[in-house]
Amino acid sequence: MNHVASAQQKNTAELPRGRAAFLLFVLMMLLAGLNGRSVYLQIMDNDFLQKKGKARYNRVIEVVAHRGVISDRNGEPLAVSTPVESAWASPANVEADSQQIKQLAKILDMDVAEVKQHLSDTEHDFVYLKRQLPPDQAGKVMNLNLSGISLQREYRRYYPAAEEAAQMLGFTGQDDNGQEGLELTLQARLAGKSGSQGVIKDRRGHFVEDAGTFHPPQPGNDIMLSLDRKIQHLAYRELENAVRKNKAHAGAIVVLDARSFEVLGLANYPAYNPNNRSKISSQTMRNRAIADQFEPGSTMKPFTVAIALEQGKVRSETVINTGKGVMMIGNKKIHDSHPEDQLTVAQVIQKSSNIGAAKIALSLKPQTMWQGLTDSGFGAATGSNFPGEASGKLREAKSWMPIEQATMAYGHGISVNLLQLARAYAMLANDGELKKVSLLKLEVPEVGKRVFSDNTTRKLRDMLEMVVLPGGTAPLAQVAGYRVAGKTGTAHKLENGHYINRYIASFVGFAPASNPRLVVAVMIDDPDNGDYYGGLVAAPAFSKVMEAALHALNVPNDAPLDNVSLPAAVVLKEEV
Amino acid sequence: MLRNSTFLNLLLLLVVLSCALSVVTSQHRARKLYDELQKQKGIAQQMDVEWGQLQLEQSTLARPARVEKIAIQQLQMQMPKNGQVQFIQGTPDGRVKP
Repeated sequence: MNHVASAQQKNTAELPRGRAAFLLFVLMMLLAGLNGRSVYLQIMDNDFLQKKGKARYNRVIEVVAHRGVISDRNGEPLAVSTPVESAWASPANVEADSQQIKQLAKILDMDVAEVKQHLSDTEHDFVYLKRQLPPDQAGKVMNLNLSGISLQREYRRYYPAAEEAAQMLGFTGQDDNGQEGLELTLQARLAGKSGSQGVIKDRRGHFVEDAGTFHPPQPGNDIMLSLDRKIQHLAYRELENAVRKNKAHAGAIVVLDARSFEVLGLANYPAYNPNNRSKISSQTMRNRAIADQFEPGSTMKPFTVAIALEQGKVRSETVINTGKGVMMIGNKKIHDSHPEDQLTVAQVIQKSSNIGAAKIALSLKPQTMWQGLTDSGFGAATGSNFPGEASGKLREAKSWMPIEQATMAYGHGISVNLLQLARAYAMLANDGELKKVSLLKLEVPEVGKRVFSDNTTRKLRDMLEMVVLPGGTAPLAQVAGYRVAGKTGTAHKLENGHYINRYIASFVGFAPASNPRLVVAVMIDDPDNGDYYGGLVAAPAFSKVMEAALHALNVPNDAPLDNVSLPAAVVLKEEV
Repeated sequence: MLRNSTFLNLLLLLVVLSCALSVVTSQHRARKLYDELQKQKGIAQQMDVEWGQLQLEQSTLARPARVEKIAIQQLQMQMPKNGQVQFIQGTPDGRVKP
């Protein structure tokens, strides 16, 4: 009974054999599916999961490289990049009460409303609150410890020389890329290239191991300019004084090493402060000494004379008939302000006679004169590679009319930039050898091209020395203890193709005349305080810069200290 | 014979275990040192930055315009007049002659 009962019970509990087998089969299939999938994931297609896993702990960090330093020839920094922090917010994640926002606004020196407006911009994940904070402000922001507000490291460029070398150096933009001046020219060498490094990070955010490839950062190269900061300062200071004193529109000055043709100083006024560019304008930004061309006036005369000397057409003591101050070429009249009947070639330079220079020019073939001026570097770039350099204008000799050849002799109908003019005078100072101008410090002196013979340039230097002596046009250019040679220039400005009664006054010269070391060229645009002659407006600035720069470079005297005629001799005014 | 091989196996097991443990500890130490290295690199970078800032500060303070102003206004100095300046030329043996 018992047996039967249990058998009966067993019968009722037992499932149909087919169903059990079916269930077992399904379960086994599912298991096989799972196993198959896991084998597939672990062995066949494991890249995907490994990648996901690595993403949890592997990081690639950027290794920043900073922009190179620009320094002067003695290593004094002129442009340095230093990291600054920028405060940014992720508005959606910001948790701050109004008290904290007030504090934040106070630290950032911003309006509370402005900060609130930034923080309400939840559409963006990244909003700059304020860029380029000084380190102490950045520290205070961090101390607030607000979630959703962070700092980002950026580089900012500082210019210790401020206004003094502003147009020369130019500046960089927000992302530390050169935008103007030498920062732009030298961009490729100055810019650094960031590297990267793979690392393993633990859960607390510490880097625990190097992993993956390391691309080392390439910091930008440091560059030494040819500038001398002390001379740059002197040049800017005296230029500023001269422009202000003469109520001029603007001015530029170039100090060139007469042997290597390196630019030791180059300044423009008015200028701007590159560390605070709120008052910047295209007027103050332009590097006039290089980017502006002007008609030089009488500063061209020495080159006409040099070409004639070289060709053997005249000698320094050749007497020229200057026709009592008036000369006709075709139906055009040329004047001299101090009518003389006869002048020697040397006196033509000393007294800046237009008629004398015109007569000497007309004794030359146009092609010869053109070649001489071209060889002296006019009408072509100086080799400075400065962005936007004006190459000046020297027309082809074929198109010259006699009147044009005559006016070109005294610097009209030809245009130059100040650096070209300084370079051409450096050629006269350097025994007739013309070199490329360099804005970078040269380790090895460049080899130049001979334009005039030793003999010609020596004669010319003697004539140029007479200019600053009593009876010349620039006694104010004298320097105590040094012999100075140079030439004044005063030219009408051109406006819409017509000469107007506004002037550009200039003086270009070198010292010590016995063995020239420095060339200084000064250009004052539109002096408006009574005087406008180069000998009165530009020569005093020349003298001050030359004296201080020669002292700064420890150049020994080549003249007695009482060589300056005091009181200043009468300045002979030149015809313009 | 049998006992010998058991002993050897046990010994090898111990060696394997100790090797495994030392791998773990040296890995840990390596990570700690690496962390330290990162910190020091951070400090080095910080110092680099500070050096740049100090250089900048020095050059701003030593600006010729500023030095000139202080020399003239605060220290009542003046440029030597002509005649007060003497050039001295050095000779190769270190002596100077005026």
